[in-house]
Amino acid sequence: MRIFDPHIHMTSRTTDDYERMAAAGVRALVEPAFWLGQPRTSVGSFTDYFDALVGWEPFRASQFGIRHHATIALNPKEANDPRCAGVLDVLPRYLEKDRVVAVGEIGYDSMTAEEETAFAAQLQLAIAHELPALVHTPHRDKARGTQRSIKVVAESGIEPGRVVIDHLNEVTVATVKDSGCWAGFSIYPDTKMSPPRMVEILKEFGTERVLVNSAADWGRSDPLLTRATVDLMLASGFTDDDVDLVFWRNPVEFYGQSGKLELDDDDAPEKLFEGNSILRGGS
Amino acid sequence: MKPDELRAALPPAAVGWVDEAVTQIEVDPGAIARLFPRAARACGRAPLGDAPGWTADEAARALLLKALPGDVVAGEADRLYRFGDADEKRAVLRALPLLRIGEAGVPLLHDAIRTNDTRLVGAALGPYAAHLDAATWRQAVLKCVFMGLPLSIVDRLDERGDEELRVMLAGLAEERAAAGRPMAADATGLLNRLSGTALRKEA
Repeated sequence: MRIFDPHIHMTSRTTDDYERMAAAGVRALVEPAFWLGQPRTSVGSFTDYFDALVGWEPFRASQFGIRHHATIALNPKEANDPRCAGVLDVLPRYLEKDRVVAVGEIGYDSMTAEEETAFAAQLQLAIAHELPALVHTPHRDKARGTQRSIKVVAESGIEPGRVVIDHLNEVTVATVKDSGCWAGFSIYPDTKMSPPRMVEILKEFGTERVLVNSAADWGRSDPLLTRATVDLMLASGFTDDDVDLVFWRNPVEFYGQSGKLELDDDDAPEKLFEGNSILRGGS
Repeated sequence: MKPDELRAALPPAAVGWVDEAVTQIEVDPGAIARLFPRAARACGRAPLGDAPGWTADEAARALLLKALPGDVVAGEADRLYRFGDADEKRAVLRALPLLRIGEAGVPLLHDAIRTNDTRLVGAALGPYAAHLDAATWRQAVLKCVFMGLPLSIVDRLDERGDEELRVMLAGLAEERAAAGRPMAADATGLLNRLSGTALRKEA
């Protein structure tokens, strides 16, 4: 059992979560840059956050034998704040980092002109830095937001196989499948998608080009819902190989398009000095 | 470890990439901003047999920094650290003793010691830590004990260890004993050596 969570916001989680995830089989993950709940008011606030995504958080993850990667972007919601527009100028520096494997989360929140400008500009950054792109779909007016996202992706010229459209449901999955983009699903305790609904979608649409994540963050969420979905897949007649495709080989194939995925043995806690650990508590 | 020893310790493919990158930096020092983050992808991250304690990416990055002209090296090292991921930050810290920058790199050590990342704290206590004042250095040594870092990473430990560090270690040993928690053997060893030195001085 090996699980790669392709979308989870570990900044918002505790070491208990890392410990339970590792025990449940999570061996690698991608943490997309996103909104922190409290709106940010300056570019510096973003760069400190991005620095944590390529510095402190991979270190925390390594304590539990979990390989941490990130995606970096100006998220749709904060793209509407003119005080944050300068974030676009600092992105190229971060997109060159070893563990940054995509541009994201980009896309729409309220489908404003400002969001669309940032969305299109960041798809161009993905092309320029030879990275895949992670596209968030809006919670409100989702079906039309998804269609419009696919249109912006097509207009950008990025290859659809290098784009995942995330947070899909029964209503939006078919459009995304038809577009050639990857289909992403966020399993939540009571909103976006649940394990039983996910299993039904996998039965109908198959296991190819699908990314299933927990998207666990600071809201009500559960980092073990990847594992819960695995268990339900197996109980519903899917094979071990189906599970390995959805929860390991698919994310490896998608993010591997960055050329920067590092899953070999030299990534784990051995880089640390022997015997030390943040488990002991710092000073 | 001298720069030419680091270069010689790199695998041949990495030497080729580093030489090419050094040439680019000598022509255009600003090119280091793009080349520095790419060094690990180009040279790998393997430990170097002929440069104990160094990895290929750290050695390559040190050689890139070493190629910078004297008037920009301090400023570039600062920027590369500020905007670096954890591996890049560590590489800048490792390279500091090789650069002719006087005390200009001291703020980077302060930043690294403030973190809770053992790789950065450890890298801040190499030979360049000679520039740290005694109070900061003692706090950093004690932080290593707290974080479980082996004290063998601290440059000139016994030479710099003093009565004040002994008092601090003895205080920690007392707290640990009261809590029924062990203190690392190397910290106890240091405490014993410092106590022995103090006794000899008294006698």
